[in-house]
Amino acid sequence: MNLSMKWLREFVDLDCSPKEYADQMTMSGSKVEGYTVEGEEITGVVVGRVLSLERHPDSDHLWVCQVDVGSEVLQIVTGAQNLKEGDLVPAALHGSTLPGGVKIKRGKLRGIESNGMLCSLSELSLTKNDFPHAIEDGIFVIDEEVRPGQDIREALGLNDVSVEFEITPNRPDCLSMIGLARETAATFQKPLKLHAPKVKGTGGSVKDYLTVCVQASDCKRYMNRVVKNIRIAPSPLWLRERLRACGLRPINNIVDITNYVMLEYGQPMHAFDYKYVKDGKINVRMAKAGETITTLDGVERALQADMLVIADSEVPMAVAGVMGGEFSGIMDDTETVVFESACFDGPSVRTTARDLGMRTDSSSRFEKGLDPAACPAALERACELVELLGAGDVVDGVIDEGYEEAPLRRIPLDVEGINRFLGIELSRQAMVEILTRLDFQVENGEVIVPSFRGDVEQKADVAEEIARFYGYDNIPATVFKGYAAAAKTPEQAFEAKIAGTALSMGYYEIVTYSFISPKYYDKIRLAPDSVLRRSVTIRNPLGEDTSVMRTTALPSMLETLARNYNNRNLSAKLFELATVYLPTTDDQLPKEKKVLVLGAYGAGVDFFTVKGAVEALLREFHVADVNVEAVKNRPEFHPGRCAALSSGETPLGIMGEIHPQVLENYGLGMKAYVALLPLEALYGSAKAKIEFKPAPKFPAVTRDLAIVCDQATPVLTLEKAIRRAAGKLLESVTLFDVYEGEQVGENKKSVAYSMTLRGADRTLTDTEADQTVEKILKALSQIGAQLRQ
Amino acid sequence: MKAQLEQIRANALEKLQALNAEQELEELRVRVLGKKGELTGILKQLGSLSKEERPVVGQLANEVRAAVEAAIEEKRAALKAAAQELRLQKETIDVTMPGQLQEIGKIHPLTRVLEEVKEIFFGMGFSTVEGPEVEYDYYNFEALNIPKNHPARDTQDTFYINDNILLRSQTSPVQVRTMEQQKPPIRIIAPGRVYRSDEVDATHSPLFHQIEGLLVDKGVTMGDLKGTLEVFAKRLYGDEVQVRFRPHHFNFTEPSAEMDIMCFGCGGKGCRMCKGEGWIEILGCGMVHPNVLRNCGIDPEEYSGFAFGIGLERIAMRKYNINDMRLFFENDLKFLQSL
Repeated sequence: MNLSMKWLREFVDLDCSPKEYADQMTMSGSKVEGYTVEGEEITGVVVGRVLSLERHPDSDHLWVCQVDVGSEVLQIVTGAQNLKEGDLVPAALHGSTLPGGVKIKRGKLRGIESNGMLCSLSELSLTKNDFPHAIEDGIFVIDEEVRPGQDIREALGLNDVSVEFEITPNRPDCLSMIGLARETAATFQKPLKLHAPKVKGTGGSVKDYLTVCVQASDCKRYMNRVVKNIRIAPSPLWLRERLRACGLRPINNIVDITNYVMLEYGQPMHAFDYKYVKDGKINVRMAKAGETITTLDGVERALQADMLVIADSEVPMAVAGVMGGEFSGIMDDTETVVFESACFDGPSVRTTARDLGMRTDSSSRFEKGLDPAACPAALERACELVELLGAGDVVDGVIDEGYEEAPLRRIPLDVEGINRFLGIELSRQAMVEILTRLDFQVENGEVIVPSFRGDVEQKADVAEEIARFYGYDNIPATVFKGYAAAAKTPEQAFEAKIAGTALSMGYYEIVTYSFISPKYYDKIRLAPDSVLRRSVTIRNPLGEDTSVMRTTALPSMLETLARNYNNRNLSAKLFELATVYLPTTDDQLPKEKKVLVLGAYGAGVDFFTVKGAVEALLREFHVADVNVEAVKNRPEFHPGRCAALSSGETPLGIMGEIHPQVLENYGLGMKAYVALLPLEALYGSAKAKIEFKPAPKFPAVTRDLAIVCDQATPVLTLEKAIRRAAGKLLESVTLFDVYEGEQVGENKKSVAYSMTLRGADRTLTDTEADQTVEKILKALSQIGAQLRQ
Repeated sequence: MKAQLEQIRANALEKLQALNAEQELEELRVRVLGKKGELTGILKQLGSLSKEERPVVGQLANEVRAAVEAAIEEKRAALKAAAQELRLQKETIDVTMPGQLQEIGKIHPLTRVLEEVKEIFFGMGFSTVEGPEVEYDYYNFEALNIPKNHPARDTQDTFYINDNILLRSQTSPVQVRTMEQQKPPIRIIAPGRVYRSDEVDATHSPLFHQIEGLLVDKGVTMGDLKGTLEVFAKRLYGDEVQVRFRPHHFNFTEPSAEMDIMCFGCGGKGCRMCKGEGWIEILGCGMVHPNVLRNCGIDPEEYSGFAFGIGLERIAMRKYNINDMRLFFENDLKFLQSL
């Protein structure tokens, strides 16, 4: 909402700078976004009267004018052809400035001295809408009450300040001059001067023209008056100025009046051309199936049965509260006008405007819930303005179909409760004063809420009114006493530790979008029958790329790796604690699960780089009984370089080299490795209770074994066999060499282990150690592995 | 014989002087003190001396042995020290050469600021809770006093899954979920992702992060809201920061406010950074609306509380002087490493 400060002064005697005004209004709850001082760039331009004009002796299009600029008569040369003696024009004097930083200086035009410049509309940043009598391709001849020498800003009303307010949706009353004037008066503690409109009338009866029938509960009030003998003309300057300052374009007197009243009262008005109201009947009803309307903007729109329309005896003439129909508008040949001042249900107007895809000044006010009690004053004001402007003859009588006034809301004034709630100590007297300034009444210990304050429903709302004008900044800042022990949940602590471990291993944390394109599932070559292809889908996405909630965080990691690769980062190690969204049923929320994603590429990075990081993590969290199995059937990964991890029976996740086709899909020119470890499983497998183990009392025996087996045998199989056979005596087993080559034969490999054996309660004898090794070798031979000879 | 002994001593000490290698030292030791050495040779002749002379010469022999032994040891130590000195000299390196960098990863700037915020509120007794991002309309709007078709819904263009399920447009639904499950006293913050249908640009993202805060107890005042958030602002931005509370409107708080901090750029005079206002909006807050308390089964006559919502990106951008929100989600290493 833009407010004209000049107009505001009609309601409140205000004497402060725009900056002061903006600051104080902001602090009392009407947020000012900014303000514009009109005509700020225009200096040294005055009204001039053309006393005489002569042809320039050396030009066939220039004129030499003698111009009375009040204090003197100046000679000014102009090229315009629309001037005659006696015309009043804007004269930019020597040293003056015009919009856009233009500076005017004295000079000679073809040898003849010119002491300034006569201005056109556009040179003053004006349009024909502002001054309908003026022409656009010539000097602006002023057709208003002005005198030579007058500053042009004052003469043309270019000296207003337009203040832009951000009005919150709970305060539709402040989308009006009067509403903001009321807030202004309360903020600056000045009286609010309101004017009660009076219509003289010219006889006749509205009933002779109109029958109104309200058939829908979405219409809370419907009022009309009729004006005959319409004389369409431009509005007077003062009215045009105000519309302009509030950001509206003047059109003609009748349309301008409806807009003016909307700005002044916050009540949207509509004017119908009576000639198109068939049979003089207005039916306020729901649209019928199949009905259409061509709105003022020339677009034909299909109406739905839940849309409220204003119809004549046959067809809709307007979409209630949103926009009028093409033929209902005011034309130059309009003779009789029906003014509408109505109140429609907010949610209904909102849905209709949204479904029709047109949000108007009118609908954006109605949707916030307007006050039915405001309809009469606005209607009277419109008719009063008609009479003031001589725009027509107002027919007597008002239609106000079936409206019953609702009693005003009453809320107990709980002085003590409000003080306790806000943490202040304010007297009842002071509270009553604040409320009264806002047009609340206080009676018998009750606050009577004015009808235009639908937002004030209970004690807390009254407290806010008190707080706003007591001043939020005056409320003492305190700290709530009472004890609260904040604690991290074990899961939160675990997550923090995971992140800490990843960081310590050189992995950088990333944060990625949780929505992706469904096409990304193809991009990562997800199996066609994978359950992960079913995702939560956004009904109104910004675009396909952000249209489904990810069921896997792999695409996000690959996209980030690829972006880094393309940004010429030679290597990267990244991690994300990513949430994935696994759908359940359509009417239930999806399961949101967190996954630790590790991703890496670059020189020196291979499968075992990432596996090493995973193993370090598992060790850090004391995950026991870790099993690793080669996985060949995950199309996202290299079939020979992909592993599934588990702890006992619990799957821990998957890791591997990304399939070359996927790398290509992402434009990643190096091999990349990713591990995906759901946090829940990791957390469940982490050893909860960790105890100190004293250093062993008895000495250890170490034995090294080189074992020959099939090349394809996973070393983990050997290790498991060793562990099973050695039992409790085995303290550790470490692989330290793998050899493939002639010496062990084709398709064979030699794997060397170093084992530490130790007894918990005794020193192992060589015999015991030898027996254990025997057992190990026997177990190994059962899986086809022999001691290397 | 005495003279011989003296001679041995003199000779040995003289040779020691000239010695330069450990090996020569050992040879000298063997020659003088060894089993077949000069001194042993003399001692073997002791028997030929008279009873009176024997102890005198014997004592002298021992003295010579001790002196030579001591001198050898001294020399040995000196040689060792010299050798070590030489080795250390040779081992000299250019200590200005770069170290073998142990790369440590970095936490994302958003997480880093979040940790800081969590820490501040943790210190004031606020625990962290989480709620779902894909949320019921009821929790995101209706329970928060924003019924269907309310114009307040327009201010947050929401992504919908279906008529009843959406991507939460704020972290406030966690307030409701918490109050449904836990009776007062309540002191929580709820950080997380929120979603709004805004096209991506330097200051907008369809996904961003909020930190919700909620305190409900008996006798909580608006003064407490101010005090708590002032402490937060001072911890985050330093004690010199100035804050102001300005009336605003949220459906789920009454009274509602926005907290501004005085612009660092101009100290309140108004500059480009603060769009001439002198103040920068940091968060929205207010006293929990009685309707919201009632929706959660809490009696507003008995309990009151305050709530606030902080935009994480906005704080991080200001803190690290980041001018483009997209950088957070692009995750370029150069960006991540620079912070």
